[in-house]
Amino acid sequence: MKLKGTAWKFGSDIDTDVIIPARHLNTSDPAELAKHCMEDADPEFAAKISAGDVIVAGKNFGCGSSREHAPIAIKAAGISCVIAKSFARIFYRNAFNIGLPIFECAEAAEKVQPGDRLEIDADSGLIKNITRDETYRATPVPEFMQQIIAAGGLINYVSKRVKNNG
Amino acid sequence: MSMTITEKILAAHAGKDRVEPGELVNARVDMVLGNDITAPVAIREFKKIGVEKVFNPDRIALVPDHFVPNKDIKSAEQAKILRDFAREQQLTNYFEVGRMGIEHCLLPEQGLVGPGDVVIGADSHTCTYGALGAFATGVGSTDLAAAMALGETWFKVPESIKFYYYGRLNPWVGGKDLILYTIGKIGVDGALYKAMEFTGPVIKELSMDSRFTMSNMAIEAGGKCGLIEPDEKTRAYVEGRAKFPYTFYQSDEDARYSEVYEFDVSKIEPQVAFPHLPENTKPVSEAAGIKIDQAVIGSCTNGRLEDLRLAARVLKGRKVHPEVRCIIFPGTQEIYRRAMREGLFEIFIEAGAAVSTPTCGPCLGGHMGILAKGERAIATTNRNFVGRMGHPESEVYLSNPAVAAASAVLGRIAKPEEVV
Repeated sequence: MKLKGTAWKFGSDIDTDVIIPARHLNTSDPAELAKHCMEDADPEFAAKISAGDVIVAGKNFGCGSSREHAPIAIKAAGISCVIAKSFARIFYRNAFNIGLPIFECAEAAEKVQPGDRLEIDADSGLIKNITRDETYRATPVPEFMQQIIAAGGLINYVSKRVKNNG
Repeated sequence: MSMTITEKILAAHAGKDRVEPGELVNARVDMVLGNDITAPVAIREFKKIGVEKVFNPDRIALVPDHFVPNKDIKSAEQAKILRDFAREQQLTNYFEVGRMGIEHCLLPEQGLVGPGDVVIGADSHTCTYGALGAFATGVGSTDLAAAMALGETWFKVPESIKFYYYGRLNPWVGGKDLILYTIGKIGVDGALYKAMEFTGPVIKELSMDSRFTMSNMAIEAGGKCGLIEPDEKTRAYVEGRAKFPYTFYQSDEDARYSEVYEFDVSKIEPQVAFPHLPENTKPVSEAAGIKIDQAVIGSCTNGRLEDLRLAARVLKGRKVHPEVRCIIFPGTQEIYRRAMREGLFEIFIEAGAAVSTPTCGPCLGGHMGILAKGERAIATTNRNFVGRMGHPESEVYLSNPAVAAASAVLGRIAKPEEVV
């Protein structure tokens, strides 16, 4: 799968309260959450982005709360994937579980500039910066996580397992 | 081969003799937890799996605590999803307003989590139960859904970091200060993906309430869990409460740690975390004088009886500063009742503080104490991110309950000694 879009850059330790503030958590409707994606870092973010765009951030992206509403908001806003130097643990798990592609890549986090056009090969983890004519390689996704992605998320994975055992 | 307490618990729940850091295991879960924000999503996902019933109606706890008593129609609809699901599935551990508490104060108090357990909760502060010597960690709603169906979940066995605390505690220094100090030393991702283990003579001396506070904030250093080896204090706490059998595990003396930190607590004074990260900690003396508009005392971090007693010691016979709102949130109905019987509420109300029913409300900027633009709070809660307690241009300083109470009296961040 190829993902293609414009880079939006954020710093380190972007927490889930910034990704989707708790004042909007009285709903779990993805379309409603998407309207407020990254609101406290950039109030215009949801309106500015185009489908397929990419969030590029520093270390510890998604730290804080366990709210799955954070990756749901990002995905529903039309962001195709998140690239970061590192991800907080619960966000990492949640993103795979709901089918939001994420890539750990320190080099991309450093070299990509706002507005760069990126093309990501989700299977190989190769990140192409079309604007700068550079290529970066993301940390390989563990095999078990690949199985979850291949199944289309954790619920499909578990559902198949339940049926096979039934 | 030797193992840490984390490795031993995971091995036992994965049906293995031993596990190694980095290994992926499927582990049986003893308790699975959700709240009124995370469980509605989990219930929606659970219904897609294709099973009729949850794996065990006694091993799932649903606690509406974030936006309850319901703050608006939307949050009422969310809480209703939990209530309906609990009835439909005949869950034994659903806790309604009036009989509930903030989940991480409530579950240990009710004996629903115990030493040696594996617990997952769709709430990041699930790591609180590490204080009982349990492996407890936060997950998202989809993981919660899968665990409700299967009674197990997958884990990557984490490496462990040992934190050894020695020396003599200074006055007004407790679990909150030790954990803030630790986060300040290692940073908000200093324990990313790893198990934190809190040990040493100082930890042995800490009360269970203080231990819960420490384990509660392991996530604020990125930790997967924050464990304390169970001892006689743990035994005294769980005896008579535990609803299920429990097991005491200890780390082997030659267990492997990726890092070891040693802290001399005699050099630590009460800590304050400045906006907007819990790692921005400084001794309270360096924060003294910062004007505040609100003081919040409570939450899953510091809403236990010991915390309320500390606040009462400072507020007794004194008045909250005329320009400050002081709001106190007991962690559970039981803590509420005990605090009331001890006369703590008399002290708080005489001082001009508000006492609330248990709720997570203000900690996450939900309700019951939201900050306006430009306002500043001192809080005994766990996070001071941008916009955490309200407007994105408001500020939160984190501290222990005595510092928060002293600050409420003086209208500025203050040492308890300035008041008492």
